[in-house]
Amino acid sequence: MTPTKIADLKAVPSTTDEFIKGLWRENPVFVQVLGMCPTLAVSNSAINALAMGLATAFVLVMSNILISSLRNFIPKQVRMASYILIIATFVTIVEYGIQAISVELHKNLGAFISLIVVNCIILSRAEAFASKNTIWKSAIDGLGMGLGFVLALSCLGAVREILGNASIFGITVLPESFQEWIIMILPAGGFFTLAFWLFLFNYFKLKKAKA
Amino acid sequence: MFSKTLHISTSPHIRQGMSTDMIMRNVVYAMMPLVIFAVVSFGLNALLVIITAVASSVLTEHALCRWSGKSSTVSDWSAVITGILLGLTLPPIFPLWMTFLGGVVSIAIGKFVFGGLGSNAFNPALVGRAFLQAAFPVAITTWHPSFLEGRFYSISKSVAAFPFSTPVVDGISGATPLSAFKFDKVTADTADLAFGFISGSSGETSAVLIILGGIYLAVRKMMNWRIPVAILTTVFVLSGILYLIDNQTYPSPQFMLFSGGLMLGAVFMATDMVGSPITSRGVVIYGAFIGLIVVVIRIWGGLPEGVMYAILLGNALTPHIDNLIRPRVYGTKKTKS
Repeated sequence: MTPTKIADLKAVPSTTDEFIKGLWRENPVFVQVLGMCPTLAVSNSAINALAMGLATAFVLVMSNILISSLRNFIPKQVRMASYILIIATFVTIVEYGIQAISVELHKNLGAFISLIVVNCIILSRAEAFASKNTIWKSAIDGLGMGLGFVLALSCLGAVREILGNASIFGITVLPESFQEWIIMILPAGGFFTLAFWLFLFNYFKLKKAKA
Repeated sequence: MFSKTLHISTSPHIRQGMSTDMIMRNVVYAMMPLVIFAVVSFGLNALLVIITAVASSVLTEHALCRWSGKSSTVSDWSAVITGILLGLTLPPIFPLWMTFLGGVVSIAIGKFVFGGLGSNAFNPALVGRAFLQAAFPVAITTWHPSFLEGRFYSISKSVAAFPFSTPVVDGISGATPLSAFKFDKVTADTADLAFGFISGSSGETSAVLIILGGIYLAVRKMMNWRIPVAILTTVFVLSGILYLIDNQTYPSPQFMLFSGGLMLGAVFMATDMVGSPITSRGVVIYGAFIGLIVVVIRIWGGLPEGVMYAILLGNALTPHIDNLIRPRVYGTKKTKS
């Protein structure tokens, strides 16, 4: 058993709390600033961002469940290797799944699907949460964090696709005469958009903290 | 006037008592002939673009100062300079709404996020222009011939494009000497290049006026003359060597010197006091680096012009140059670093 902190004894977080924290208070992208590689690289269109987010969320939930159920059997010395093995299993499933659904999407996401194996959000949840908590809690935590990641990627992808391509999910939403901002679908646009969202998040957090 | 600003320079530390806004005002005076020439050669369009760039820079500076609870720093003229420089580096028929956006990006992202005047690592006007270049690659390379009939009472449809809409080009466009050379191997007459009877960005065409402005600032000691000299010498020598090797494929050194934004960049942008090294030796390395990158991009790169990226890269290198070339402290032995 891991020693529990005094703060934890005072208020044991409820199930909804575990779920909500991943969406908002501890959002993996906007608050923890983890998983920057897929965030910046595949958020150039809403559909790519959503697919990447869902794939990661699936792997996150499944690996959290499996790691949590095996937490008493995995020796401390080889835990990282074991986690990676478990995560890689689910990434393989996802990769074949996406290939079966849409070859084009698989091409767009490219190597980034395989790279989910070393996604630091999944590894950090495995190490910091799933290895210490029950199966049910780990599943809820994974779902919250996964959906938080989907939310963040979709926010980025939507802004970048609307400004850079005048469309969202491939459907043109802005009038013909709109001048696309090419920079938004280039890598530089990813950095600008991420900075903009981080700014918004921190602005509202500070405002709330002051009030 | 006593201010709490930290002055960073090498010894001797005796000062002349020039204040920021005085230097900035003089830079504006030095750029005035360029603005006037831009309006004379490109007419109303260029005037509108420059006014919009200045207005958006000043407005952004004022709004952000207010928002962050500081007193407004508009009165130090630095935002005006950023605006004028941005306006001068844009094509004369650049849409006004894009110009406005460029001004906002220049001040907000190029200057304010770093902490305002004195902390900006990169030249703000060039940050704005680099953003526009990446965002609207077509509009920023749509050039316009100079000295057109009726330029003082008609506005191009492209300039007046409705905000966020694609600009319509009126049909009259002219390639710059650099792009003409890059894609069609046509060189221009050196006298035309020097006096500005060519197409290009509003303020880059007249090399003579830029040099005069530079001499004014150098004589008044408001600009480090070593920077433009180092840049121009490097470009001249490198392109001279290439020209001697093969005068069919490579342009002549005088063409390299007087075309494009090299003069404007070397005199007014690379000399930005914040983004350039503080030692005389460091400044020469900085200038030579910029010159080298300009030649490399122009001759082997995909783009016809590379002064903007060269200066931004030079700005990025500045802290490292300052770190590498530290003057020996008087009375101590040279230490091996």
